[in-house]
Amino acid sequence: MPSSLRLCVRRSPAPDARQAGTLVTLRLPSEIGCIEEAVELVTRHCLAGHDATRTTRFRLQVVLSEALSNAIVRGNREDRDKWVDVRAELGPDVIRVEVTDEGDGFDPAAVPEPIRPEQLDEANGRGLYLIRKLVDAVEFNARGNSICMTLRRP
Amino acid sequence: MGFHETKNASGVTVVQVEGQLIVGNRQELKELIQAAVERGERRILIDFSRTGYIDSSGLGALVSISKRIREAGGELRLSGLNEDLRSLFELTKLDTLFAIADTPQQALASF
Repeated sequence: MPSSLRLCVRRSPAPDARQAGTLVTLRLPSEIGCIEEAVELVTRHCLAGHDATRTTRFRLQVVLSEALSNAIVRGNREDRDKWVDVRAELGPDVIRVEVTDEGDGFDPAAVPEPIRPEQLDEANGRGLYLIRKLVDAVEFNARGNSICMTLRRP
Repeated sequence: MGFHETKNASGVTVVQVEGQLIVGNRQELKELIQAAVERGERRILIDFSRTGYIDSSGLGALVSISKRIREAGGELRLSGLNEDLRSLFELTKLDTLFAIADTPQQALASF
């Protein structure tokens, strides 16, 4: 595991007040040991300067952890030659976080909901479901290797 | 981040989850519980009073742990879930699978 991850923060100009904001990017290797540090770094920058509620912080941490875990384990299959890119657009009202891996992608519509009684005993399959429940909007690119999660600031 | 295991006066194994329970450390928790079950422990409490967040891998690990303890004829209790952590169990309906108490004291009293 690398000793630390390098985060790039760029403050963008504000031609339109509603678009004003900050762009945060982070590239991390496909190692599950990096996830916790990446989650803390991105969360801290997403919430800097805002009065975030405990729940907003918690939701952001959980969905980042889920998306990074999916990207590293399922997308890049923990291949150390592949990277995961995080791109967060921080506006006054919303946080948009994109997580992109180098995998072949998947069809999110084909992922079943994991809450049927007969599925409760399953150890896997709750990640995407949780993301959908914890953020305001979820989108994927056509290939299915990039997820974009939008959270409205309270 | 880590797990702190103790045994209380009435013989219940108490495991405190400090920090996160996520894909990076869930295996460690599973192995710790497995070792306790193999030692003959049958009453196990996992306490989340000092936990930040849990991801779906962590929830999945708890499902596996619950199954393992049940198969051995034991009992598992969870405690100390704040409102946010508890919401994860409710959203996934896992609150119906686990015996969840508000505090470790209440969980210990329920064994």
